[in-house]
Amino acid sequence: MNTLPWLLELIIALFILIGALVALLGSIGLARLPDFYMRLHGPTKASTLGVGCTLIGSLLYFSFLTEGISVQEAIITLFLFVTAPASAHMMAKAALHRRVRCVDKTLNVPWKDQ
Amino acid sequence: MSRLSFWVPRPLFSLFLAVLWLFMVNSFSVAQVILGIGLGLLIPFSTHRFWPEKSSLRHPLPLLRYFLVLLWDIICSNLIVARRIIGRTEHLSPGFITYPVSLEDEFAITLLASTISLTPGTVTTHYDTQARTLLIHVLHIDNEQALIDQIRTRYEQPLQEIFQ
Amino acid sequence: MIALVIPLALTLFSLGILLNLYRLLIGPDITDRILALDTLMINSIAVIVLADIQMQLGILFEAAMLIALMGFVGTVAMTKYLLRGDVIE
Repeated sequence: MNTLPWLLELIIALFILIGALVALLGSIGLARLPDFYMRLHGPTKASTLGVGCTLIGSLLYFSFLTEGISVQEAIITLFLFVTAPASAHMMAKAALHRRVRCVDKTLNVPWKDQ
Repeated sequence: MSRLSFWVPRPLFSLFLAVLWLFMVNSFSVAQVILGIGLGLLIPFSTHRFWPEKSSLRHPLPLLRYFLVLLWDIICSNLIVARRIIGRTEHLSPGFITYPVSLEDEFAITLLASTISLTPGTVTTHYDTQARTLLIHVLHIDNEQALIDQIRTRYEQPLQEIFQ
Repeated sequence: MIALVIPLALTLFSLGILLNLYRLLIGPDITDRILALDTLMINSIAVIVLADIQMQLGILFEAAMLIALMGFVGTVAMTKYLLRGDVIE
């Protein structure tokens, strides 16, 4: 184990902190937005980006602290970015199938004009 | 040639799997390389009949540029959505829009739908295969036509150039 | 600096997990609960990796990767069940 230069430490700290803040924003969106379709926006993107940022910070940390680069976090990040749209799509489809209620001001509700 | 394509149906995917395996075990010893190549050959061979048609990737370099643009857009528009989540939710006007797709390739449509889901403010909820439209839920609609035009020029046309 | 930032980030992620649990408890529809569980999984990946840095272990990536996989598969299985009434067709 060797110590890190301060500039690198700053970059890692920024990545981790910004990631945590963005992910928290996603969770806040999940908790306070009024209907399911709007809640879907927070977690699927903000949380994915936030956790991705944190993982990149961890990747830099372990790559410079120990010998050899650690690419496993990059794989987790990539996996999250690939699966987030797929699971969001599946959940939205299930919600459309069940006709989950949405707020009254929603425009062009697909099952109302049929 | 056809015998080779029987045993190795997707060479690029095999290579991808081998590299992924090496990254996952995080070691580059000879044994792991052999195991990775073995898995890369075995998995496409045993599963390729469940797969949809092979899509034709014509220009790999614009695809890289597309991903860079996408990454930048994800970061930028996350800030906008963050402000909307924190701000007062009464001012938001959510809604569904239908977006007519002109892409032919299935993989390209998947990529477009994922792109729409990843850029904040829009989530793809449904793809109608008969009418060839995507149903998109938008967190806040200012101008429906402008949004459709933006998706078309920014994402669909580059994809059209990459897969044609 | 990192010794300072990591507990802070862990606190933020824990707050996020509490918010997810709140949505999991009240969520009016079952799709809301699935979404809350999915977000919980994503947040817990970050918690695991941060705990890994905090404890100087460097061995918890496999756990994080497995949770990422299980979260995705679980979400898809539950939504499939809602869509078709069956997990495997």
